[in-house]
Amino acid sequence: MHIDLRTVSIKPLRQTFDHVARRIGGDKPASRYQEGTFDLQATANFHYRPTWDPQHEIFDPSRSAIRMADWYAFKDPRQFYYGAYALARAKQQDTAEGNFDFVEGRGLADELPAALRDTVLKLLVPLRHVAWGSNMNNAAICAYGYGTAFTQPCVYQAMDQLGIAQYLTRIGLLLGDVDVLDEAKAAWMDDGAWQGLRRYVEDSFVLKDPFELYVAQNVVLDGLLYPLVYETVIDGVLSARGGTAVAMLTRFMTDWFGETRKWVDATVKTAAAESADNKALLEKWIARWRDRAAGALLPVARIALQEGADAVLAEVVQQFNARLAKAGVAL
Amino acid sequence: MDMQVAKKKLGLKEKYQVMTRGLDWEPSYQKKEDIYPYASYEGIKIHDWDKWEDPFRLTMDAYWKYQAEKERKLYAIIDAYAQNNGHLNVTDARYINTVKLFLTGVSPLEYMAHRGFAHAGRAFPGAGPRVACLMQSLDEIRHAQTQIHALSNFNKHYNGLHDFRHMHDRVWYLSVPKSFFDDAVTAGPFEFMVAIGFSFEYVLTNLLFVPFVSGAAYNGDMGTMTFGFSAQSDEARHMTLGLEVIKFILEQDPDNLPIVQRWIDKWTWRGYRVLTLVAMMMDYMLPKRTMSWKEAWEVYFEENGGALFKDLARYGITMPRCAETIALEKDHLSHQAWGTFYNYGAAAAFHTWVPEKEEMDWLAAKYPQSFDKYYRPRLEFWREQAAKGNRFYNKTLPMLCQTCQIPMLFTEPGDPTKICYREVDYQGSKYHFCSDHCKEIFEHEPEKYVQSWLPVHQIYQGSCFPEGTDPSAEGFDPLAAVLQYYHLEFGRDNLDFEGSEDQKNFDLWRGQATKNG
Ligand SMILES: [Fe+2]
Ligand SMILES: [Fe+2]
Repeated sequence: MHIDLRTVSIKPLRQTFDHVARRIGGDKPASRYQEGTFDLQATANFHYRPTWDPQHEIFDPSRSAIRMADWYAFKDPRQFYYGAYALARAKQQDTAEGNFDFVEGRGLADELPAALRDTVLKLLVPLRHVAWGSNMNNAAICAYGYGTAFTQPCVYQAMDQLGIAQYLTRIGLLLGDVDVLDEAKAAWMDDGAWQGLRRYVEDSFVLKDPFELYVAQNVVLDGLLYPLVYETVIDGVLSARGGTAVAMLTRFMTDWFGETRKWVDATVKTAAAESADNKALLEKWIARWRDRAAGALLPVARIALQEGADAVLAEVVQQFNARLAKAGVAL
Repeated sequence: MDMQVAKKKLGLKEKYQVMTRGLDWEPSYQKKEDIYPYASYEGIKIHDWDKWEDPFRLTMDAYWKYQAEKERKLYAIIDAYAQNNGHLNVTDARYINTVKLFLTGVSPLEYMAHRGFAHAGRAFPGAGPRVACLMQSLDEIRHAQTQIHALSNFNKHYNGLHDFRHMHDRVWYLSVPKSFFDDAVTAGPFEFMVAIGFSFEYVLTNLLFVPFVSGAAYNGDMGTMTFGFSAQSDEARHMTLGLEVIKFILEQDPDNLPIVQRWIDKWTWRGYRVLTLVAMMMDYMLPKRTMSWKEAWEVYFEENGGALFKDLARYGITMPRCAETIALEKDHLSHQAWGTFYNYGAAAAFHTWVPEKEEMDWLAAKYPQSFDKYYRPRLEFWREQAAKGNRFYNKTLPMLCQTCQIPMLFTEPGDPTKICYREVDYQGSKYHFCSDHCKEIFEHEPEKYVQSWLPVHQIYQGSCFPEGTDPSAEGFDPLAAVLQYYHLEFGRDNLDFEGSEDQKNFDLWRGQATKNG
């Protein structure tokens, strides 16, 4: 017997889950982001303390010095739950694939001026290690942070940065070959130009406060590195020197930063608006890490900009300060 | 000299390696022990992380592309299922109680797996396993969310699902799955991988997901079936990861064997105890049954698991000893569990009932050694009593096992007429256990298991009443207060299926459909 169920008009008992309704001001239709985010993380009645961190509960807001009355005050403006995230990235990777095909298919990599190609390899390929560092750091924030609203985007960020490290690897293999990866790693390990940045990344690995780690990685390091390297050096300076093909290959990174910074801004803004203490702490952390990051990025900027590096970096820092001011953090 | 040198070609394996572990480096500004502080305290010895064989090779671009395709299809089906009132297609409304058990008991564990794998994916000093764990962390949040999204439509129309996250952290029987995962996550990263990656994902997963997903398919629940199938290719990756972890650890150092063996023994038992809920779901809650719990155990554990442990024998791993106890319990497990829930049906967030006559015949055929002799008479008695208006609800609180947190409902191995009790004195207190295995797990790590948040103890201590409750007030009803604390709506979420709102609504809505169609 075939029953046509569509013809039945039913009045549902409720529109969404109670824990969602409590957060959206009553029983009304909720979005997939809301149902897939709110209160997903356990907050009560943990059975055992972690053997690896007996001072804390499994999920414990006191791992951070940032205090929130409600960690679900954080909202991802992109409203990313897994499905929305995967669809967004699949689209971007499709574009990236097209760009790689275009550059490869027309032999554009071979047509790059030798000096420019050399600069690109020296600048970009070691950055795959920086992206990898971000993958580790965002895994840590996701694991040890508090509340799904705050931690969920971090697993996406972690995997994005792994993807970026892989795109950078492909750029290395396209413009050079495997040796290029080894040379870049050697530079990362020993070349003076990279040591400040490597020290910064390794120091971030031992941070215990997930929110400070968020600041050091997502707010500060990415907040200076992406505008400097992708927006200024690649899309601006090197494109003008005949490197538009390179800008095609890093399109993913440019778009990605444009998108993720909105989430980072929203996170900082929410935390800073919560209390004067949070704000003061964020100011302290951001200023301290910003100064370190700027110092570490200067020799990196010189790889492509030589003596122009100081001025460009100063401009990037200024824009960064202005951006954070909008998020409620005066630097 | 401008000579085009042929580029070195990378094989697939090397290519994946430069895309993953090639990104890592030996730190020099910070000590490795400080970057990976959780890597050594469990006593597992790893000499060469480079010996790790990547269990699958999926770069992020391919991952995004592939997963987005699956999401597109899955959500199209979920949407269509909701729009077309697909829930009215299920065999009968009793089926929906399996969905309730799943959303309150299992989906929150998917989320815990997400966080647990993020932790493991940060903690290992080897880059290969870190990447594999992080990819699983990402998959697991997918599983949690696709389940919530798919079951959201059931919540709109039926009771018992409306506050599943709140319930998971509080309701007495949900502390069984919750404490299982809390136990795994609070263990070190290696034990977590053996517990979840291997014992759960590899050895026991077929006993959890196959029954739910095939149960959904048999009972006309397309939504649940679809998220189950959609997760399958993720699960395939998770299984290869679980197996690789075991092999890698065992190949690294002979001293690792006894540690790993103990973990396998422990986690097979811990996992099996959680599967008690699945056993009763299969035998009692699915209106249209797929296979019995006993058959499932024989196929998926005794046959498939037997072959696996034979394969692992070359590393010195043996079949967990608890398999013998489990074999003795398989004729009884589901019946004893359902009997308990029938008893405590006033405090459960799903409905219970006595099986129909044909269902009892099915059970008798599947359990010729036990059903007619021990369990049918009891069920028939309950049915008679219910028919006379004496539906029996037990309002006392049961003693719980300190380890698995299940009420002491299991019988002695080999004697289904005698409840199995074990106890241990530890630091001046007495602790109770359902079995030798739970007792041994406690004895190995008493300082961990004394911390258990046991729902019954907590009720007696007054921790499970709504804020502001005065238990000394005149006419105080402890059960009512506990249910309020659970956010369990008396008369809607609980009690017998017969007469429930779910039953009435389903009949009404289905009736409309039949008439209109
Ligand atoms: Fe899963
Ligand atoms: Fe037990």
